[in-house]
Amino acid sequence: MSLCETCGEREAVVHLTQIVDNTITTLNLCEPCAAEKGVEMGTHAAKFPLGDFLASLGEGPGAAGVAAEADAGCPSCGATLRDFRQTGRLGCADCYRAFEPQLRDLLRRVHGNAQHAGERYRGAAASPPPAADDSSRASGDTLPDLRERLRRAVEAEDFELAARLRDAIRGLE
Amino acid sequence: MIDLSLVPDGGLSWLDGSGPLSHIVLSTRIRLARNVEGVPFATRSTAADRQRVLDRVEGAWRASPFGRGSVRFLLDELEHDDRLLLHERHLISRELVGAPSERDGGSAAAVLLSGATGVMVNEEDHLRLLTVQSGFALTQAYAVLDQLDAALGSAVPFAFHPEFGYLTACPTNAGTGLRASVLIHLPGLVLTKEIAKVLQGLTQVGLTFRGLYGEGSEVVGNFFQLSNQTTLGKSEAELLDHLGKIVRQVVAYEEQARQVLWRDAPNIIADKVWRAYGLLRHARSLSFEEAMNLLSGVRLGVGLNLIPGLGVYMLNKLLIFTQPAHLAAGGASVAGAPEARAAYVRRLLDEEAERRGA
Repeated sequence: MSLCETCGEREAVVHLTQIVDNTITTLNLCEPCAAEKGVEMGTHAAKFPLGDFLASLGEGPGAAGVAAEADAGCPSCGATLRDFRQTGRLGCADCYRAFEPQLRDLLRRVHGNAQHAGERYRGAAASPPPAADDSSRASGDTLPDLRERLRRAVEAEDFELAARLRDAIRGLE
Repeated sequence: MIDLSLVPDGGLSWLDGSGPLSHIVLSTRIRLARNVEGVPFATRSTAADRQRVLDRVEGAWRASPFGRGSVRFLLDELEHDDRLLLHERHLISRELVGAPSERDGGSAAAVLLSGATGVMVNEEDHLRLLTVQSGFALTQAYAVLDQLDAALGSAVPFAFHPEFGYLTACPTNAGTGLRASVLIHLPGLVLTKEIAKVLQGLTQVGLTFRGLYGEGSEVVGNFFQLSNQTTLGKSEAELLDHLGKIVRQVVAYEEQARQVLWRDAPNIIADKVWRAYGLLRHARSLSFEEAMNLLSGVRLGVGLNLIPGLGVYMLNKLLIFTQPAHLAAGGASVAGAPEARAAYVRRLLDEEAERRGA
């Protein structure tokens, strides 16, 4: 993690590139210092979402509840949302389950979408043999998981995914 | 000092300039972030956790087709200059150049290399699979990494979530864990002052750009790294396809800009190119930045066929071997680096000119 080049205190989340007379310089700044230099954060929400998200934890309506939530630890590694806010790094893979709603929200803001569409992990050789259907091979793809994902896919009107999930559920049933 | 000749081609096979569009695109790099299921990420792991990760990954690596004739560097055991040397070859990240004691979960970091393909272990994520290819070669680079991913992933269980994909220490890498970067030389767009527009356009289509050394590094010598910003919600093929389309467009803009320059100001361009060449050929002291900028001018000249006989391979070689750690590996002190750099450049350009009788 790099520190802000202006204050040297907070994490640099804005990388400001300026081009003056053919010379290109990049400044690494934290949000407050970037704002001072007149970098607009509002128009490009998707550009610095992590900083926004981290800053918004424990603020706004229901702040007390969120603050309490920020202290609840991941059952596997003990990391809290507060830790995540400070470091920008999660403690372990189980943090994704422990803080699922918050992370889904964050992932949507960062990537524009929280549903993985890439290759599905086929598991290591030592894990149970993969099922015939491609979309049901990942270790977490149990029937309840798939049904939950189907519900969400329909909700999100992603019918292609929904059709694949429906087939996978039929395969398992 | 480490012996990089242990790496079959020094991890530098991409220097040969044999890849597609290599007059403008230097190299294509892809990395895939993976973590071992059931082991905490770097900030929460113990030294024993990290050692176990390294042992398991290494076991899987050795059993894979990539293991044969490969090399392992344990970063804890290397001097700072050696780590920097690997970084200057784009074989380890900037993060791993720092002292192990200064990093979160710093111990047991390693890089396993088979030529310019390998895996960094115990960086921010347990595994960062990486490959560097010559020129514009996204498909080829991904094909290599996909093989490595399958080989390691079938032996070591990776953390994977049905909805969020591959899980990473930083959520900005989750999903595919894929970051593809194309290192591209854009002097035409810089000289015609079109570059700001192009770079602005990139951020609007979900791409980012960085300097020569990746995240947080400055732009030197008109080199830019274009890469995908997001990793989740699109397939690997879609991410690569999108980046590839935009890179092709940027290459076309760059070619247009060079044509305009050559049409409207051929004397100014030729003068700029030959001055750069003259300084490189005769200077007695060169700072890194000056060398980079002059090499950019000469590279433009080679692209415009102004300097007969000088090839992209020679320019790539100069680019890599005039970096600070490479000069230090040749015995230059920090204070003596500018002179050592100038001497190295002179020697190579002289030899090259002799060969073609210029």
